[in-house]
Amino acid sequence: MLAPTNEPDLAEAIAGAQGPLKIVGGGTRPIGKPVDGQVLSTANLSGIDLYEPGALTIVAKAGTPLAEIEAALAAENQRLPFEPMDHRGLLGTDGVPTIGAVAAANISGSRRIQTGACRDSLIGVRFVDGMGTAVKNGGRVMKNVTGYDLVKLMAGAYGTLGVLSEVSFKLLPGVESTATLLIPDLSVTDAVAALSQGLGSPFEVSGAAHLPNGPEGHPLTMLRLEGFENSVAYRAQQLMAELAGFGAIELETDAQAGAARWKAIRDVQAFAGLDGDVWRISVKPSDAPPVVDSLGADQVLLDWGGGLIWALMPGGTDARARMGDFAGHATLVRASDTTRTALPVFHPEPAAIAALSDGIRQRFDPRGILNPGLMG
Amino acid sequence: MEMPTPSLTILAKKARVVARLMDVLPADAVIHEVEETRAYECDALTAYKCPPLAAVLPSSTVEVSAVLKICHQEGVPVVPRGSGTSLAGGALPTADSVILGVARMNDVLETAYDDRYIRVQSGRTNLSVTGAVEEDDFFYAPDPSSQLACAIAGNVGMNSGGAHCLKYGVTTNNLLGVTLVQMDGTVVQLGGAHLDAAGLDLLGVVCGSEGQLGVVTEATLRILRKPEGARPVLIGFNDNEVAGACVAEIIKAGVLPVAIEFMDRLCIESTEKFAKAGYPDCNALLIVEVEGSDAEIDEQLGKIAAIARKYDPVELRESKSASESAKIWLGRKSAFGAMGQIGDYMCLDGTIPVSSLPFVLKRIGEMSEDYGLQVGNVFHAGDGNMHPLILFNANKPGDLELCEAFGADILRLCVEVGGCLTGEHGVGIEKRDLMFAQFDAQDMEAQLWVKDVFDPGWLLNPAKVFPLSVTQSRRDQPVAAE
Repeated sequence: MLAPTNEPDLAEAIAGAQGPLKIVGGGTRPIGKPVDGQVLSTANLSGIDLYEPGALTIVAKAGTPLAEIEAALAAENQRLPFEPMDHRGLLGTDGVPTIGAVAAANISGSRRIQTGACRDSLIGVRFVDGMGTAVKNGGRVMKNVTGYDLVKLMAGAYGTLGVLSEVSFKLLPGVESTATLLIPDLSVTDAVAALSQGLGSPFEVSGAAHLPNGPEGHPLTMLRLEGFENSVAYRAQQLMAELAGFGAIELETDAQAGAARWKAIRDVQAFAGLDGDVWRISVKPSDAPPVVDSLGADQVLLDWGGGLIWALMPGGTDARARMGDFAGHATLVRASDTTRTALPVFHPEPAAIAALSDGIRQRFDPRGILNPGLMG
Repeated sequence: MEMPTPSLTILAKKARVVARLMDVLPADAVIHEVEETRAYECDALTAYKCPPLAAVLPSSTVEVSAVLKICHQEGVPVVPRGSGTSLAGGALPTADSVILGVARMNDVLETAYDDRYIRVQSGRTNLSVTGAVEEDDFFYAPDPSSQLACAIAGNVGMNSGGAHCLKYGVTTNNLLGVTLVQMDGTVVQLGGAHLDAAGLDLLGVVCGSEGQLGVVTEATLRILRKPEGARPVLIGFNDNEVAGACVAEIIKAGVLPVAIEFMDRLCIESTEKFAKAGYPDCNALLIVEVEGSDAEIDEQLGKIAAIARKYDPVELRESKSASESAKIWLGRKSAFGAMGQIGDYMCLDGTIPVSSLPFVLKRIGEMSEDYGLQVGNVFHAGDGNMHPLILFNANKPGDLELCEAFGADILRLCVEVGGCLTGEHGVGIEKRDLMFAQFDAQDMEAQLWVKDVFDPGWLLNPAKVFPLSVTQSRRDQPVAAE
């Protein structure tokens, strides 16, 4: 295993590679087609380089444990806006999630619906391309239009364009108080309608999820409010009044219980340990009910107001074939190696877009050694 | 400002290129008489002008595709143009180029409140996107100060920001999808009404690519429900450093204002003369705006005021009503006009880490004395996006060049302290030759690769963003004669 401790060594390792490299951070998110290659770990590129709470920015080496970042931010009552998911339960992995892998896979959680994805908070990167050359893009200021935005291109490229060595994020203040509206027993259609109404209100909903099989076996729809205590109390009352037509609403204000509920949504805990493949599907929220119907999944879980569908399907099922033509994309997040080899993991792109993506990979990694084939 | 020498081959076949364009567009959509092409000789960076070979005003994606296919076959460079409000020269033509203006494409194609998006043709102005949904209490968040005139096409091209992006982000954070026409006429849909990319985030790199990767003809934009209300507080200080420390503490306290604006003494004095907003006599002025219900606003403004009082402000004025809010904003919104009363000015938009604010303002003051040119500072303080306004006299020989040299020094300073050359205006031609201050050759090469893929012939807006020396070999591809 290659495990460089600084960027020059990372560059040397890539420049000197004789064959494919399998790039890993903490190894907790084995998403994508299986890659056969020498393991290149970023875990030893670790440490927070700069943290300016007054400027809402942090810069860290790619292999820095996510927990270390979150602890540093919590000490200043700040946080990563996009609430990154922890995949360990769902994928049955262990290890230490790293901040670079969060960026490389554009990992976002429930707050994505309000504050944007990981890619929206990522403001700068340093990476080493497939020839072993170090490149920087973006920086550590939150408004920056100098040159092309390769930061976005690197977020979600799963290391296929370059290996991240350093990442910069903009941050948000932490919150004083959280409340969750709990609406029981809604159909998927009614749940999406309720979530849309909440998200379309002026009350700044920061999480909007629906569990058809909730903790007590009944459907449960959840809307989260965060902020100063008085403000949350006010908005909760307003929102409950606005959504009264959807039935009795319970308001949960206990901080620990609320945090546990949203962590369960974020990490798709409902599917952890259950047999079957896991699909992650992005649609516009109003398309969710018919898409859920067409899937015929063993279980589903909706986040992002219905725009994100997690589906548990019998092993080997082609969810895309069941959905037919739809506007959006589906990723096969968990399946056997055989299934991940047989079915595209990432949603197939139209020819013209695939040609652009292939062209970019060819330029950034002309030898085709960085996680080759991982994204299909 | 150096621009590439126009291709004599292309100039010689103007008649044929125009005739081919007229085959695919209505006659009034092809502007080719020399006196008429002058209307397209510059954008809002008016110091530089050059009439194009022709200008075309297509009305649909199909027409844009047909135009680009012809220009691609003929090897003619194309300069996309939104409303021509670029301060960086993003839409400046060369004599051998065709301006492709999207002004006739301004329809709303779809509005979906349940899914919170609007799909528009790209020539629609920024403010009229909000205009299409505000009766239903929704709005489009990015608000560049040219929003009355600027087009969504240009906003996407430059990844435009505005005063309210501390809370709502810039264009790229509010853009869900585009219809993009590549230089060879290929039409692709990137993104859509759903979130995030299926594979590589091509939408993310198209946004802010200054019209070099393709022509955006339609855009799907995130719309948001309007907040219940918004009100600012005005805080005056006698010291820039104290104002900077106050901004940092407000941010650290967990209040997330929708805007934090900063003005220095020259701007305060000149806007006071011009707009009479009743600003205090002081060296640094902050306008901090928060949103919510009346009670929520009171609570947040109370927290901000409590912090500000610790820094001994000269004045602290919380708005209690819409008219008081309007008065507080009046001076800030008149700042550019007020500075224009003093003389010609050049407006920069370098961004710095907020922590460097006092140092950078001090250095700008020192440089101002060295250059003998006055400079006023208006500033989006929450996100570090500066707007130094350098005053000069356009009629005085050498003054523009002196002003440009001063501006370049300020931008280099922004980079030195950890910031960047441009936070929201784009590079265009204006900052093209400063790119080496921020990027080394390899950093730029990686960006050029992206253009190589989208536009292998380097025909789309080719003389922008990167130093000409860096792109020369790519731009110098042979053009077929008639």
